Amino acid sequence: MVDSARLSLHVPEPAVRPGGQPDFSNVKIAKAGSVPRPGVDVASEDIRDLAYSIIRVLNRDGEAVGPWAGSLSDEELLTGLRNMMKLRAFDARMLMAQRQGKTSFYMQHLGEEAVSCAFRKALKKGDMNFPTYRQAGLLIADDYPMVEMMNQIYSNESDPLHGRQLPIMYSSKEHGFFTISGNLATQYVQAVGWAMASAIKNDSRIAAAWIGDGSTAESDFHSALVFASTYKAPVILNIVNNQWAISTFQGIARGGSGTFAARGLGFGIPALRVDGNDYLAVHAVARWAAERARRNLGPTLIEHVTYRVGAHSTSDDPSAYRPKTESEAWPLGDPVLRLKKHLIVKGVWSEERHVQAEAEITDEVIEAQRQAEAHGTLHAGGKPSVRDIFEGVYAEMPAHIRRQRQKAGY
Amino acid sequence: MARMTMIEAVRSAMDVSMAKDDNVVVFGEDVGYFGGVFRCTQGLQAKYGRTRCFDTPISESGIVGTAIGMAAYGLKPCVEIQFADYMYPAYDQLTQEAARIRYRSNGDFTCPIVVRMPTGGGIFGGQTHSQSPEALFTHVCGLKVIVPSNPYDAKGLLIAAIEDPDPVMFLEPKRLYNGPFDGHHERPVTPWSKHELGEVPDGHYTIPIGKAEVRRVGSAVTVVAYGTMVHVALAAAEDAGIDAEVIDLRSLLPLDLDTIVKSVAKTGRCVVVHEATLTSGFGAEVVALVQEHCFYHLEAPVVRVAGWDTPYPHAQEWDYFPGPGRVGRALAEVMEA
Ligand SMILES: Cc1ncc(C[n+]2csc(CCOP(=O)(O)OP(=O)(O)O)c2C)c(N)n1
Repeated sequence: MVDSARLSLHVPEPAVRPGGQPDFSNVKIAKAGSVPRPGVDVASEDIRDLAYSIIRVLNRDGEAVGPWAGSLSDEELLTGLRNMMKLRAFDARMLMAQRQGKTSFYMQHLGEEAVSCAFRKALKKGDMNFPTYRQAGLLIADDYPMVEMMNQIYSNESDPLHGRQLPIMYSSKEHGFFTISGNLATQYVQAVGWAMASAIKNDSRIAAAWIGDGSTAESDFHSALVFASTYKAPVILNIVNNQWAISTFQGIARGGSGTFAARGLGFGIPALRVDGNDYLAVHAVARWAAERARRNLGPTLIEHVTYRVGAHSTSDDPSAYRPKTESEAWPLGDPVLRLKKHLIVKGVWSEERHVQAEAEITDEVIEAQRQAEAHGTLHAGGKPSVRDIFEGVYAEMPAHIRRQRQKAGY
Repeated sequence: MARMTMIEAVRSAMDVSMAKDDNVVVFGEDVGYFGGVFRCTQGLQAKYGRTRCFDTPISESGIVGTAIGMAAYGLKPCVEIQFADYMYPAYDQLTQEAARIRYRSNGDFTCPIVVRMPTGGGIFGGQTHSQSPEALFTHVCGLKVIVPSNPYDAKGLLIAAIEDPDPVMFLEPKRLYNGPFDGHHERPVTPWSKHELGEVPDGHYTIPIGKAEVRRVGSAVTVVAYGTMVHVALAAAEDAGIDAEVIDLRSLLPLDLDTIVKSVAKTGRCVVVHEATLTSGFGAEVVALVQEHCFYHLEAPVVRVAGWDTPYPHAQEWDYFPGPGRVGRALAEVMEA
């Protein structure tokens, strides 16, 4: 008989807590340019390493190096920089608007701008994203009007969603942005269904699914992987690993698996990790995955390795669970500064032009805000009609809802 | 016109719909090659190909979640949950997603899906193959909920459901798949082929969602029922020799309030019957509406007859859901009051 010791439960803990010294020495970062770029028809088992490494293009000196470089022209890179700056300025204004009581809630993208902004540029018109709440860059990079985004955030009389959704839960079919759900992970499997439909109809459009590191623990994430791999759906399965799910560090959802990307390997889905703060790398990897999908080679899983610099939402205080200086210690840097440096190194951008662009963008955002606020904010000015509460539950209003609407006086 | 079982009628509805509109796709566990554990989808894969009728992994949230995505694309998925008892893993997708996509996107995206599921007891299915979860859906705004009681209705309502622009839960009482059931378990089931309502047109027809049907005209008491219980109620009225009017709701959401009110205003008495558990069951909603709209016509308290507030037992299922005996006693009770 074996004399067994008492059991004890393993509960993962982050390396440091508030007051401690941030430490990312355990995060293995591949050198920029060092990860190979396989052909898009590669088998998942032949690129297992890519699920454990990190694809990076921009090096410390701001140069684009290695096999994943070169997917964008200077012009496209300048647009990318501008989009990221726009998103950052938009966030700053809306955060302030929330603090001023003009809306109830806001969620920012600080530090993660490259992920959605660069990704959108690898998609075509007609492709469909099934986003979660930190991908407003998909709209910004597709030139969706900022005023409309703000109208939604303010739930004002011009809110395209008639005040029915929490702030930032945008919807735009035209811009390939599926209506956001507050219930995490549900959209992941819906994206797979959309992609399957496109394949059933022999269409050429593809879908992209979005999820955070924490939400990968939901069963819908696993259902999505099963369906995507079974039917080889033309879908890109994105995981945005920004290290934190509110106060819970990524090790809680990841458990024993080496990386989130590695989750794809058991399903036979090619899985890659990419430096999510590297605009060029995100774009190159997204393009690779999009090409696979379009060539009917099936799904690709991408883990975007990034860091959530801001609070989870306006209801969150990150200093309660992580060192205040942790974001500065994040080894992959700031996506805006990195792309800016690259463009300066290339000689197509300068500090002066950057300062000027910043001022222009701020003006643009303020002007959009002025226009949006002319339609009202959450507690002041124009509001959607109470009648709107009752509309659109069904295509045609059934009698019982009509009775209730009349009771409400509309 | 052919005589069909409810299984054949359901199959015919999908067949007609798939032939008419190539955006209609059918999938679920075992529905493709094999044709489903109840054979409702038999032959559809052979006829329409593997991309329009196919087997799925055993993942209900995957089935409904992908259906929602397909609907957002522009298809009209009609999916099967093998037994209603297994819809719970998909409950989030049904109630928070399918039901709300139109509303939350202000019509930018819609969700025209049909989710079929065999419900109810009477086949010795025990706790895990006998549930009637309709009230879990009728509480959800944005869904439609249908429970047919015969092959003719099943086909017409299912075609209407597939053509409906909103998500529809289509609950098929499995006790009625092969024939009407009068609640006397010792009596053999009469097959639908010997029954008027087994007569089903081959082609396309629809029955409007939201319209009840009076199955038996009477003046003494109104019995409100749906699914299997319509047949039990009819048997009870015969057995008791009571001049009962029996209403088959067919559609629980939206509900045909007018037909109920008209009948109760005439009879002054009402009994509501369902096989789902009593507490917070759909019957409570009907009783509340009758109270609200017919109070001054009522000559007796409205009575509910339902399954007990316990899980569905295997060996005692005939004592679990209401038979003509229990319904008959309730009828007598309201007649005496
Ligand atoms: C099903 C569900 N459970 C819980 C929540 C509450 N919640 C909202 S965001 C969040 C954390 C998500 O973290 P992650 O997926 O890592 O995304 P991130 O916020 O880091 O971008 C939680 C628990 C929810 N919205 N939905």
